[in-house]
Amino acid sequence: MRPILALMLTLSTTATALAGGLDVDIELPRIDVADYRRPYVAVWIERPDNSVAANLSVWYDAKMRNDEGEKWLKDMRQWWRRIGRGVEVPIDGVTAATRMPGKHRLSFTTGQTPLGTLAAGEYRLVVEAAREHGGREILHLPFHWPATQPVQSSAQGRHEIGTVSLGVTP
Amino acid sequence: MTIRTLASAAILAACVCLPSVQAHDVWLLPSSTVLSKAGYITVDGASSNQTFHFNHRPLMMRDGPSITAPDGSAVAAENLLQGKLRTVFDVHLKQAGTYRLAVANSGIMASWKEGGETKRWRGTAEEFVTKVPAQAEDLSVREGSSRIETFVTVGEPTLPVPIGDGLELVPVTHPNDLYAGEEASFRFFVDGKPVAGVEVVVVRGGTRYRDQQEKVELVTDADGKVSFTWPAAGMYWLDADIADDKTSVKQAKERRLAYTATFEVLPQ
Repeated sequence: MRPILALMLTLSTTATALAGGLDVDIELPRIDVADYRRPYVAVWIERPDNSVAANLSVWYDAKMRNDEGEKWLKDMRQWWRRIGRGVEVPIDGVTAATRMPGKHRLSFTTGQTPLGTLAAGEYRLVVEAAREHGGREILHLPFHWPATQPVQSSAQGRHEIGTVSLGVTP
Repeated sequence: MTIRTLASAAILAACVCLPSVQAHDVWLLPSSTVLSKAGYITVDGASSNQTFHFNHRPLMMRDGPSITAPDGSAVAAENLLQGKLRTVFDVHLKQAGTYRLAVANSGIMASWKEGGETKRWRGTAEEFVTKVPAQAEDLSVREGSSRIETFVTVGEPTLPVPIGDGLELVPVTHPNDLYAGEEASFRFFVDGKPVAGVEVVVVRGGTRYRDQQEKVELVTDADGKVSFTWPAAGMYWLDADIADDKTSVKQAKERRLAYTATFEVLPQ
């Protein structure tokens, strides 16, 4: 899974320069607790009416015996309500393993899975994280699509998410 | 005899609870209402005077709970046990969709005097003619039905098929799709038809941690509908009551219908 994902990221980063898209930087804070578990994280795009425009990325534990890791997908409450309960996991190009604390970049290219083609309009990038024995946090970053020039925005989490930055490329 | 068979025998021997004016709240409390994969839940049932606090009696059920899977098939409860203060059972949710968990009772209650002694009887409308004298001193006959429910969903919510008998809740807003700060609507049907004038009370759990009950009192409109906004996340208890004259035995003047349900309201 990892090498494939890395390859996809490389490909999409290259393509971003040509076709436009979204670059999302997500920081997972280091949390100093004995029972630390990597958080489940979901990234998606919604319209002003909360409807889903694209399900971009979901990090969860798909390696557990008997798919036991799926049991906590519902803890990403909004993702579960808007998307999760209506889809089967794993999803190619969307679901991936949980990640270590630190900074992670995700790049999405317009016209390609999973971003696809967004109609012109107002959107929100949503990042939701839920951690076993820990908390849950959700951040919203509004953006306009398409951008006429590169636009950067960011939001600061306080518990389960550090800084989330969004770059929208024309 | 195993503990389980002993418990089943005790439940079999327990009386059928007929609705009168309920002095205590009756409820089923599921351990989870939303699941992202098939698995077990456990459910508590009790009759209490504080919402979701086991402090009075276990929930009496003669034949165990009635559990309906999303495909309409019946599911047997596992590890059914009636304790002193609560009844407990497990449910294996194997299918995706919404399960209905219910304890439903209906019947006739009668009391009369025979030689200065008060006689009491409860049972079905069919047995009534043979068990209760047609003429007796102080003969009082009451008819009632009650339904205690909760809903649990694995994956995508599905709509449970309406029962069509007695008082029931017919979702407009799905009972496993409730969020703090959002409005929900439910309709109430009697014998399969929407009914106006059903008195509905909604109470958030944890009444013992606050001074006031904070009951929300509503009455169904011409479509049998009530709407309200959940003030906060938590487990909620809903009680609905109405009486009509559609009795199955002519000696009963009134039929009392009661419905209660437990809902989980999630934070945003």
